[in-house]
Amino acid sequence: MIQVLSLSKFYGKKAVVEDVSVTIQPRKITSFIGPNGAGKSTLLSMVSRLLDADTGEVLMDKTDVRKMKSNDFAKRVSILKQSNYMNVRLTIRELVSFGRFPYSKGRLTEEDERIVNQSLEYMHLTDMQDRYLDELSGGQRQRAFIAMVIAQDTEYILLDEPLNNLDMKHSVQIMKILRRLVDELGKTVVIVLHDINFASVYSDWIVAMKDGRVVKDGPTEEIIQSDALKEIYDMDIPIQEMGSCRICVYFNS
Amino acid sequence: MKKRYLLPALIILSVISLFVGVSSISPMDLLDVQSDETQIFLISRLPRLVAILLAGAGMSIAGLIMQQLSRNKFVSPTTAGTLDATRLGILVSMLLFANASMLEKMAVAFLFALAGTFLFMQILDRIKFKDAIFIPLVGLMFGNILTSLTTFFAYRADVIQNMAAWLQGDFSTIMKGRYELLYISVPILIIAYLYANRFTVAGMGEDFSKNLGLAYRKIVNIGLILVALITATVVLTVGIIPFLGLIIPNIISIFKGDHLQKTLPHTAFLGAIFLLVCDILGRLIIYPYEISISLMVGVIGSGIFLYLLFRGRAANA
Repeated sequence: MIQVLSLSKFYGKKAVVEDVSVTIQPRKITSFIGPNGAGKSTLLSMVSRLLDADTGEVLMDKTDVRKMKSNDFAKRVSILKQSNYMNVRLTIRELVSFGRFPYSKGRLTEEDERIVNQSLEYMHLTDMQDRYLDELSGGQRQRAFIAMVIAQDTEYILLDEPLNNLDMKHSVQIMKILRRLVDELGKTVVIVLHDINFASVYSDWIVAMKDGRVVKDGPTEEIIQSDALKEIYDMDIPIQEMGSCRICVYFNS
Repeated sequence: MKKRYLLPALIILSVISLFVGVSSISPMDLLDVQSDETQIFLISRLPRLVAILLAGAGMSIAGLIMQQLSRNKFVSPTTAGTLDATRLGILVSMLLFANASMLEKMAVAFLFALAGTFLFMQILDRIKFKDAIFIPLVGLMFGNILTSLTTFFAYRADVIQNMAAWLQGDFSTIMKGRYELLYISVPILIIAYLYANRFTVAGMGEDFSKNLGLAYRKIVNIGLILVALITATVVLTVGIIPFLGLIIPNIISIFKGDHLQKTLPHTAFLGAIFLLVCDILGRLIIYPYEISISLMVGVIGSGIFLYLLFRGRAANA
């Protein structure tokens, strides 16, 4: 279990994240939502140790994550950030193999090869495993990176806006995969999302942030309510039930 | 670009290189250990070949590591100020320690190469506008500033003539007793190969590296030290060889990708082959005189560089 305890991050005097405490529910999808500049990505970066917090701490099973060895941490938590310029020419298989880096430092054992094959299979990438990343579409590339994270075989998978630049079909595809990672493989997934309806339909738990603070933290049904959304976004957003989905109709509010 | 083509090409060219020169030597002459031909072979031809192979492989690998760590295909010792910093270091060692031994010069040149490369990487970190072409331009400007410093002080100290020896790469002065420093690059190349996977991961960026538990800063620093060591030894023994570290890794990347563990041997082989070809041509074109290697590589290399630039532009558009 990951516990965030009164975490803060300042840039100059401005607090980007201020006194945030949340608990990440195991074996669930937790979405971080909120307006631009709310501090969602910064929080995710601190949880995954990409950024150092100024105050507060992140505990994983009661241990401060900063006290863990980088390599051990990499076997338990993986993070995917949206990289703006990926011009490295690696094949899908080479990329996915690097997911085993914390275990074998690049000298793959038979066990590693087996896990790499499984990950490729799981993401339906086996047929195109020898294609170069720079020749792929955005959706294919995103799937390759998720396959790498699956090969990394961590309990926690953190993703920073994984749907950026993806079309509807690929967005749905990625979210379904994340759902399967939780339901079938028992992973804990934390994502920063911009589209509130994806958060509503796919996540179990929602943490809503605004101006560096957590304003709402609870199960999806509790957060996807007009009054709660008003508090988060300063907008009157009616909710429509469609089948089992709760859809926020924010387009003309 | 298979290794099975590169290796035979390397061997054939090496043999040709050994038997091309002003005094004609035939393999039969070597049977007589006491003959003049054998002496020339051992004192001049063989050292020259070894120097070409080590310098070619070394500079190409230095370029490959720099491109990977800076995540820019146009960064190399030529375009990042490393060569210019090395030259400044050599000048400083000449001015401060008049009778500096080769190793002392080497140490000073290495420190300057390292500082110069490190400074360039710092500048790179601070540039927000990471255009593929813009960054090497910054590096070239940075290098030219260093070179103007070198020229200024060399002029003041009246050692321009001495410096000229290092301005131009030249294999004709390579002889037994004057190139052995280059052997330092052998262990460096081995270390580079052992770190290949880590360099590849580091080339995917800091966040990516941290996710996989890699000590990013440490790996980048190790890479820069290797680059500075290679550059310093090559410039001190052979002189400046432009473009080599730039074009060879790019050619291999097009055919074999950027997985360093797989591309490092190819890059080293192709670098050595390319330099051998340039050297043999340089020795034949105005026979019995020689065209210096930096001129040969400069002419052929800048042509290939321009081609790569336009190719890159077309691919981005």
